[in-house]
Amino acid sequence: MKQAVEKSELIAKLQKEILSLQGFRTASDDKRLQFGLGPLENAFPNHVFPTGAVHEFISPGTAEAAATTGFLAGMLGTLMQDKKSCVWISTHRTIFPPGLKVFGIEPDRIIFIDLNKEKDLLWTVEEALKCEALAAVVAEVKEISLTESRRLQLAVERSRVTGFLHRCNPNKIENIACVSRWQIRPISSELEPGMPGVGHPRWDVQLLKVRNGTAGSWQLQWADGRFEHIPVLSKILPSAYIKKTG
Amino acid sequence: MERRFAYIWFCHLTTDQLAIRKPELKGIPFVLAAPERGRMVIRAVSPAANAAGIVVGMVLADARALMPDLKMFDQQPGKEERLLRALAAWFLRYTPVAAIDLPDGLILDITGCAHLWGGEQNYLEDILARLSAAGYHLRAAITDTVGMSWAVARYGTGRVIIERGAQREILKAMPPAGLRLAPEILDRLSKLGFYRIGSFIDMPRAVLRRRFGVSIAERLDQALGLVTETITPVQPVVPFDERLPCLEPIRTANGIQIAIRNLLEQICLRLLRENKGLRKSVLTYYRVDGVVQKIEIGTNQAVRNMEHLFKLFELKISTIRPGLGIELFVLEAPIVEALSRQQETLWTAAHQEDTAVANLLDRVAGRVGAGAVHRYLPDEHHWPERSLKQAASLDQQPDIPWPEDQPRPVSLLPKPEPIQVTSPVPDYPPMLFIYKGKVHKIRRADGPERIEQEWWIDNGLQRDYYCVEDESGARYWVFRSGHYDSGATQWYLHGFFA
Repeated sequence: MKQAVEKSELIAKLQKEILSLQGFRTASDDKRLQFGLGPLENAFPNHVFPTGAVHEFISPGTAEAAATTGFLAGMLGTLMQDKKSCVWISTHRTIFPPGLKVFGIEPDRIIFIDLNKEKDLLWTVEEALKCEALAAVVAEVKEISLTESRRLQLAVERSRVTGFLHRCNPNKIENIACVSRWQIRPISSELEPGMPGVGHPRWDVQLLKVRNGTAGSWQLQWADGRFEHIPVLSKILPSAYIKKTG
Repeated sequence: MERRFAYIWFCHLTTDQLAIRKPELKGIPFVLAAPERGRMVIRAVSPAANAAGIVVGMVLADARALMPDLKMFDQQPGKEERLLRALAAWFLRYTPVAAIDLPDGLILDITGCAHLWGGEQNYLEDILARLSAAGYHLRAAITDTVGMSWAVARYGTGRVIIERGAQREILKAMPPAGLRLAPEILDRLSKLGFYRIGSFIDMPRAVLRRRFGVSIAERLDQALGLVTETITPVQPVVPFDERLPCLEPIRTANGIQIAIRNLLEQICLRLLRENKGLRKSVLTYYRVDGVVQKIEIGTNQAVRNMEHLFKLFELKISTIRPGLGIELFVLEAPIVEALSRQQETLWTAAHQEDTAVANLLDRVAGRVGAGAVHRYLPDEHHWPERSLKQAASLDQQPDIPWPEDQPRPVSLLPKPEPIQVTSPVPDYPPMLFIYKGKVHKIRRADGPERIEQEWWIDNGLQRDYYCVEDESGARYWVFRSGHYDSGATQWYLHGFFA
């Protein structure tokens, strides 16, 4: 009995070690950022959103892209708390900086890099990810291969910068070296019954893939300057669906 | 170091230039003349006129007697100098040190240049071929001294490239005119029967000086390379270097840091003045015991930011062995490149403790162009397209807070796209709209927010913005342009909410 307890303790310890080797910090590791994602955070290893890693967001259309931008802006608000700046790299930018203010960021602290050539895009993303002084790097990339994503992964492993790859309407979705793959769609907002107008931005957040974690789907909304989890429809994706996508 | 000079003599500089400008004059005898004491005196002759016996200094009337159909053009004063300066600037491709020699020659210091063309022969041939093709008549020579090159180019009969040591023999065979002497001295020499330089080159200098003045001895020494002759290049070459001699030998890291800072400050100031940035910098330090050592740094692109350069040097300070002390620091920038002032603003970001971001942006700007980096500040306009302005630098703070009172989309189309709508009641949001062939049924709507056109900027129609949500949950920002009752209203989609 005692041996069994020791064994399970040992396994837990080893698992933690493996996670930290893979770049996931444990909760006790310095001060952890509170993203306020609620139950969604349980999907990640150690129950904490992995910073210092590259996340992939897929948007099939413009409406989804706008939702993803909103969600990313909410995440950036937390990441940029310590007065660091953020770089937003894109080729055909439609971001309207005043619209980001709602998500708790000062839009003047975001540096936009608008490129003309796809060729320069990945180079710039890699250079930016290597820069430790940045809080986060958002890159609107259409296509990226496994090899290219490996380079980005290696860059963040050293610099601990959080990278978000926003892939809008990609031609093909293949495995790339990212800790997670997200898909965010807008869903109808809810208001008090009988009230006119449009409510808080509300999204269906799908975590299609997460390294060492559990994929799933949640509903979140952005209200009063923070994420709010909407428990009603939350469910873990059936395992068959996960297999298919990841 | 063995120095070599080339001299280019343009035999018919001004007339050649005129013939190049007016091709119809090519091969035709013509002269340039200027009035002098009430008559026209010829100042320059074309090769064809020269062949007919017309020379510089003739009176135009005499020349017309020789050749009645001689064409004449006015000579413009200062024309030669302007031409020579332009040619000297062109010659910078051959050597960094090119000087003009009025009225019709160029002096080039070609030390260490000719091997790039594969030897002096090829070098000279290249020059001659290019300028002859352009239409100039010229003679050139390469020797050890300016004076010798001058003489060989004008009076040489054989070889034009004189190797080291042979110039005395060549000079002996030349007429005294090859020494660049004043006409009265030449007259006296010829009266005394000195038709060749060889007949007086071995005379004692004191004798020559007494009989013919100081200049003849000086010119001889210059031609033989016994005294150096300085030339004034059209483009002065000033190396980027700064020196810091120390009163007391410096031995501490702290002292070295102060020295480097001092030197960097001076060099950066000069770089700023000349709109340049350095790519490579070498710090040479002279120790009291006579040892000279150097450390060097390189940058990815032109930089003139003192702090950044100091950081690069700081990493190497530990490798300096001051020994008994350092008495002299010399900082050089052997490689400098043009650097616009624009980039400077990125560096002086005051609130940015971390220059890493500026460094990153510098590299990005260096690769894809400075126009790629944007930062926005709110502007005092309600019109969405005008509600933000570009920040001039990284540290510019917003003058007004970002407006939060009205909803703004996260994504804005660069140009509003027209949509077809069905709206039941005037001044009500539409029931549905068709965008890119897809029907969106509207479930919820907010608005309108009327934004008037600023009449002092543009006189268009005002916009009534609605925030709408379709049945799939996507949120859009649509507007109606103009009043409903004016008849010609058009609806547009302008943005997407999160």
